[in-house]
Amino acid sequence: MATAAVTAEREHYLNKEYGIRSWLLTTDHKRIALLYLISITFFFFVGGFFALLIRLELLTPAGDLVQADTYNKLFTMHGQVMIFFFLIPSIPAVLGNFLVPLMIGAKDLAFPRINLLSWYLYVIAGAIYVHCILTGGVDTGWTFYTPFSTAFSNTKVIEAGIAIFIAGFSSILTGLNFVVTIHRMRAPGMTWSRLPLFIWAHYATSIIQLLGTPVLAITLLLVVFERAFNLGIFDPTRGGDPLLFQHLFWFYSHPAVYIMILPAMAVESEIVACFTRKRIFGYNFVAMSSIAIAVFGFLVWAHHMFVAGISLYSALIFSILSYLVAVPSAIKVFNWTATMYRGSISFTTPMLYAFGFIGLFTMGGLTGLFLACLGIDVHVHDTYFVIAHFHYIMVGGAVMGYLGGMHFWWPKISGRMYPEGWGRLAALLVFVGFNLTFFPQFILGYMGMPRRYWQYPPEFQVLNVLSTAGSTILAVGYVLPMIYFLWSMRYGKIAEDNPWGAAGLEWKTSSPPPTFNFEEEPEVTWEAYNYEEIPAPAEEPVER
Amino acid sequence: MFDNFPLWPARAAAGAGNVDALYIFLVALSGFMCLAIFTMMLVFATQYRRRRGVEAEQIEGSPALEITWSIIPLGIFMVIFLWGAVIYFHERTPPRGAAEVYVVAKQWMWKLQHQEGQREINELHVPVGRDVKLIMTSQDVIHSFYIPAFRIKQDVLPGRYTTAWFRATKPGTYHLFCSQYCGTMHSGMIGQVVVMEPAQYQAWLSGGGTTGSLTASGESLFQQLGCTTCHRADTQGRGPSLAGIFGKPVQLEDGRTVVADENYIRESILSPSAKIVSGFKPIMPVFQGLIGEEQLNALVAYIKSLSPAPSGAAGANAKSQNP
Repeated sequence: MATAAVTAEREHYLNKEYGIRSWLLTTDHKRIALLYLISITFFFFVGGFFALLIRLELLTPAGDLVQADTYNKLFTMHGQVMIFFFLIPSIPAVLGNFLVPLMIGAKDLAFPRINLLSWYLYVIAGAIYVHCILTGGVDTGWTFYTPFSTAFSNTKVIEAGIAIFIAGFSSILTGLNFVVTIHRMRAPGMTWSRLPLFIWAHYATSIIQLLGTPVLAITLLLVVFERAFNLGIFDPTRGGDPLLFQHLFWFYSHPAVYIMILPAMAVESEIVACFTRKRIFGYNFVAMSSIAIAVFGFLVWAHHMFVAGISLYSALIFSILSYLVAVPSAIKVFNWTATMYRGSISFTTPMLYAFGFIGLFTMGGLTGLFLACLGIDVHVHDTYFVIAHFHYIMVGGAVMGYLGGMHFWWPKISGRMYPEGWGRLAALLVFVGFNLTFFPQFILGYMGMPRRYWQYPPEFQVLNVLSTAGSTILAVGYVLPMIYFLWSMRYGKIAEDNPWGAAGLEWKTSSPPPTFNFEEEPEVTWEAYNYEEIPAPAEEPVER
Repeated sequence: MFDNFPLWPARAAAGAGNVDALYIFLVALSGFMCLAIFTMMLVFATQYRRRRGVEAEQIEGSPALEITWSIIPLGIFMVIFLWGAVIYFHERTPPRGAAEVYVVAKQWMWKLQHQEGQREINELHVPVGRDVKLIMTSQDVIHSFYIPAFRIKQDVLPGRYTTAWFRATKPGTYHLFCSQYCGTMHSGMIGQVVVMEPAQYQAWLSGGGTTGSLTASGESLFQQLGCTTCHRADTQGRGPSLAGIFGKPVQLEDGRTVVADENYIRESILSPSAKIVSGFKPIMPVFQGLIGEEQLNALVAYIKSLSPAPSGAAGANAKSQNP
C-alpha cells in the first residue's frame, strides 16, 4: 500500500499535465504513442467489423446478406483500413514510438514536433477515409487495379486515394524520425552491436517506409490524375498500360508486407529473450537478417504478377529472388527456436503470443514458398490460398506480435499489470480462432475458390462455415484484451519498474517513465540481453 | 454429405497431375518443417521450463549452425524453384498446331469463338485430347480466365492479347471462373467448360447454325474494309504482303526486328504507325475505335491463316489435323 501511495505521487509522463490541450499539443513520444494507440484501435475495430460482415455473407453460397456492390466495398475497405490505418502504423507508431527512445537511452525522438505532425497527418487521412466510408465507400479492392479504378468504378476512388496518400506521409515521417534517432540519439556506450534487436528491426522497417512509401504516393496520385483529369497513364484506351500500375503498386506494397512483419519480429526477439532469460541465439544473424529482408524485399514485387501477363523470363527472375528473401525469415525462426534451448522458460501471456507467432509465421512463411513457385502460383493465384497465406503473415504474424508486445510493455506504458489469467485465455482464443478461420481457406484455395467472390458454388460451403465460425472466436479473443486493458488502468495491480526481470534500458526507468524518460542520462556498459546479470522475478509478478 | 464436401479439385487436363505432384511435395515438406519446429518448441518448453534455482545457460550462437540452416533451405528452395519453373514454362508455351479459341471478356461475361465459327457465351466445349490455345482480350477491365480442374489461369487484359493453352483429358463439366476482381458481378462471371469425347464433340459442332469459320468472316472483313487494296498477295502493294508473315521476324523501319505474333498484328491494325515495316510508308489509316474486339479477332485469325501451318495457323483445318 505504501508503494502504491508513493507511486501515485511520483510525477510521470501520464500525470505531469492534464487536459485535452496537454495531449493534443504534446511532443512527448510516449503520449504520441498513446494517441496512435487510440486511433489505430478505432480503425482495427472498424476493419474487424467489415471482416465479420464478409464472413457472415460467406456463410451461405448465395449472395444474400448484403448486395454485391456492398460486399465489394466491404472487402475493399476491410483491406484498406486494416493495412493502411492499422497494420502499417500498429507496432512502429505505438510500440516503436514509445520504446525507440527508451531503448536507446534518449529523451525523445530526434524530431518531436514532426512526430506529432505525423500523428496529425494520420488523423487527417483517417478522417477523410471515414468520410469516404460514410458517404458511399470505395469498391476497387485494396489494390486499386487499373483500369477498373480509373475508368470503371463509380465509387469514391479519389477520396480513398487521397486519404491513403496522406497516411503514407505520416508513415514516411515516422520512418525518418526513427532513422535519425537511431543514428544520432543513442546514449553513451549504446553501440550498434549493443542495440536491442527491436531497434535493428525498426531501423530496417524505417528504411522501407522512407524508400517505398513515396512510390505508393506517386502511384496513387497518377490514379487520381487519370480518373479526375483524363490523363492516359494506365488505361489502354487512353494509351496507358495497366501492368505499369501493377508494377508501381507492388513495388511499394510488397515491401509494405515487411513494414508490417519486421516490427512484429522486433517484438518477438524481445519477448523470447525475456521469457527464456537468454541472449537471443545468433544476435548478429538476427540483426542482419532484418536488413537483408528490407533490401531483398524491394526486389520481389512482380511475384504478384505471374499470371498478369508479364514475360516468361521476368517471372523466372522474380520467382528466384522471392526464394532468396525467404532465407533471412527462416534464419529468424530457427534462431528464436534455438534461443529456447537450455533457457528458463515461463509461460506468461506475452510468451504465449510469442509461441503463437512462431507457429503462425512459420506456416505463413512456408505457404509463401508455394506462391513463389511459378507452377503452383498459376493455380492458386487470386484464390483463397493467397488470402489464407497473407492472413497467416499479417494477422498470425503481425497482429500476434502487436498483442504480445502490448502485453509485454503494458506495465511500462500504463504503470499497471493486466490480469494474467484473462490474458492467457485471450491468447488461446486468438490462436484457436485464427487457425479455425484461416486454415480452411488454404483448402478452399487449392480447390479453386477465387477471392473477392460474393457468391460461390455450393461445394465450397462447409469450409466457409468453418471459417466463419472461427472468426467469431477470433473476435472474442480481440475484444477481451481491449476490455481488460481498460479495466487494468484503474483496477490493475501497480506495476514495478521491471516486473518481468527484463534486460533493456526501458526497464531501468520507472513505470510509467518520467516525461524525459530517465532521471539521468544512462551510460551503457553492458551487451544487449545480459540476462545472466539480471535477477529473475522472485515470483510471477502477476495476479492469479 | 461428402458429395458436397470435396477437399481436392477435379483433375481433367494434361499437366494438372504435375502441378498436384509438386503441391503434394510442398505440403509434405511444409508439414515436416512445421512438425520439426513445433516439436522442438514443445520439447524445449517442457524441458527448460522455469524452475527455482535453475539458471538459463547463456549461449552466444553458432556461425556454423547459422550457415547450415541458411544453405540447406536455400538448396531446397532452388529445387522447388526449378521444378515450378519447368511446369510454368510448359504452361506458357502452347504447342504448335493447337486449335485456337478466341476469348473476349467483358463485365460480366465470357464470349468465346471457335475457329470453326461457333460462338459460345460462358461455356466452352472442347474434345478430349486436343490441344486448345486460348487467345484472349478484354473489352473493359482486367479479368482472369481460370479453370481450376485444368490448373490454368491467365489474366485477360484490355488492349492486348494474352494466351493460355490446355489439353483436356477427362470428359465432364468443370468450373470456369473469373479470378481477377472486375466489379459488381465479379462472382457472377462464371461459366463451364464441357469436355466431350471426340465423337460427341463433332456432333455438337455440327449442331447449331454458324455464319462460317472465323477465318472466313475475317476474310470477308478484310475485303469490306479495303485492306486488299494495299496488302496484296503479290509484293506490288503499298503495304507489305501478309502471306507467310505470322511467327516470322519482321524488319522495322527504325532498325528493330519484331516477331509477328498476335499482339503485333493486333497493334498493326489498331495503330499502324506504332511499328512501320522497313521500306513502307506510314499511310495506313488507324482502326482504333472503328472495329470491335470480335471483328479484330476474325481479322487476326484470317491473317494468321495466310501463313502455312504449323506456325500456329491451325485455321479451319484444325479438325483434320487432330484426330
